[in-house]
Amino acid sequence: MSALLSAEQVGFTRSGELVFEPVDVNLGAGQALVVSGPNGSGKTTLLRVLAGILAPACGRVDRNALLAFLGHLGAVKGDLSVRENLQFASRFCGRPGLAVNQALARVGLAGLGLRPARALSAGQKRRVGLAGLLVARREIWLLDEPYASLDDAGGELVDRLLNEHLADGGTVALSTHQRQPRLEQEPGRLLISPAGRPDE
Amino acid sequence: MNGRPLLALLRRDLRLAVRHGGESLMPLVFLFAVLILVPLGVGPGPNLLAAIAPGMVWVAALLASLLALEHLFRPDLEDGTLEQWWTGEVPVGLLVAVRLFSHWLITGLPVILFAPVAAQMLYLPDRALGVLMLSLLIGTPLLSLIGGLASALTLGTNRGSVLLSILIFPLVVPVLIFATGAVSAAADGLSPQAHLGLLAALLILALPLVPLATTAALKLNIE
Repeated sequence: MSALLSAEQVGFTRSGELVFEPVDVNLGAGQALVVSGPNGSGKTTLLRVLAGILAPACGRVDRNALLAFLGHLGAVKGDLSVRENLQFASRFCGRPGLAVNQALARVGLAGLGLRPARALSAGQKRRVGLAGLLVARREIWLLDEPYASLDDAGGELVDRLLNEHLADGGTVALSTHQRQPRLEQEPGRLLISPAGRPDE
Repeated sequence: MNGRPLLALLRRDLRLAVRHGGESLMPLVFLFAVLILVPLGVGPGPNLLAAIAPGMVWVAALLASLLALEHLFRPDLEDGTLEQWWTGEVPVGLLVAVRLFSHWLITGLPVILFAPVAAQMLYLPDRALGVLMLSLLIGTPLLSLIGGLASALTLGTNRGSVLLSILIFPLVVPVLIFATGAVSAAADGLSPQAHLGLLAALLILALPLVPLATTAALKLNIE
């Protein structure tokens, strides 16, 4: 089975210093990876390197499928309605997935499609981001703190979406420091440590 | 790869521009503010106005283009849509080109469309009108390209509008000189070809290079 996403000894430098100790990542269909580490250890940076937003300073990253990155910024335009945001996501990302209305219903936002995105709460915006994952089919999901600002039902929703995506042949790498994902198959775990500060 | 993501981006940019209706009308409001206020300041003599008309229309076009630059990439950086450009299959340079094209549609095109009205208001000789339009058609995309590069470079600075203006002004001087030179030559009954040729050469140089440089500048700021 060929890997959808693999990285060898990948690291990122800021002002010439490694942000975290170089790591290996190898994700095939149906595999999940939970990235954990203390605040500032470079979880987000690692995910952004894997997504191709940042160029790795060392090592290399191979992406063999389409990729979705959901960062803590959400990538939602406040001046557009929820529906317009999702329509854009589905057109921008290549292959269409769920219809916008179905995706909205799936993440518990049915009926809010015409609401301007800026009028949504933080948790609802987060759900729009999740709906964005559904409206365009992409195999690799990179989720930065997907549980942030979601309520318990929202956390369960993320788990359900992850399980379906993995069963569908996708792969997920996510970072979290609060709730641990409850998946049908035990996910791989990666603890990243800040570079230059060896653990005692 | 197909053009769907590019079209999607263009449609969203224009939709956002329509939604910010007031902001998007600023270039035109600016053009007419200059055209109405300057004659009040320098006196309404036809000879004087005809002589300064090319420069006035062009300075208005320049400032109109400058107005919208602060918002060219910054909102996208702040809401996270900019970093998404690197996660798709489309080369980022093309997305940058689309963004600059929509900036031109919003700031350059209205000025070109209303240039005949402006020319009439300033007693520009009729024989120079065609050249004025042509110089705007070649020159305003250049303004968008140069402005886009400067805007991407200053993205990392907090509210970089001062730096942005300082960066842009020297770069647009050639555009201004050749464009107004062409219109003045046509108004005097001379051939504007040399000026327009140089302007077109600048555009041909900037079209492929600026999106690349802008992409590199954005990449720096996203890190």
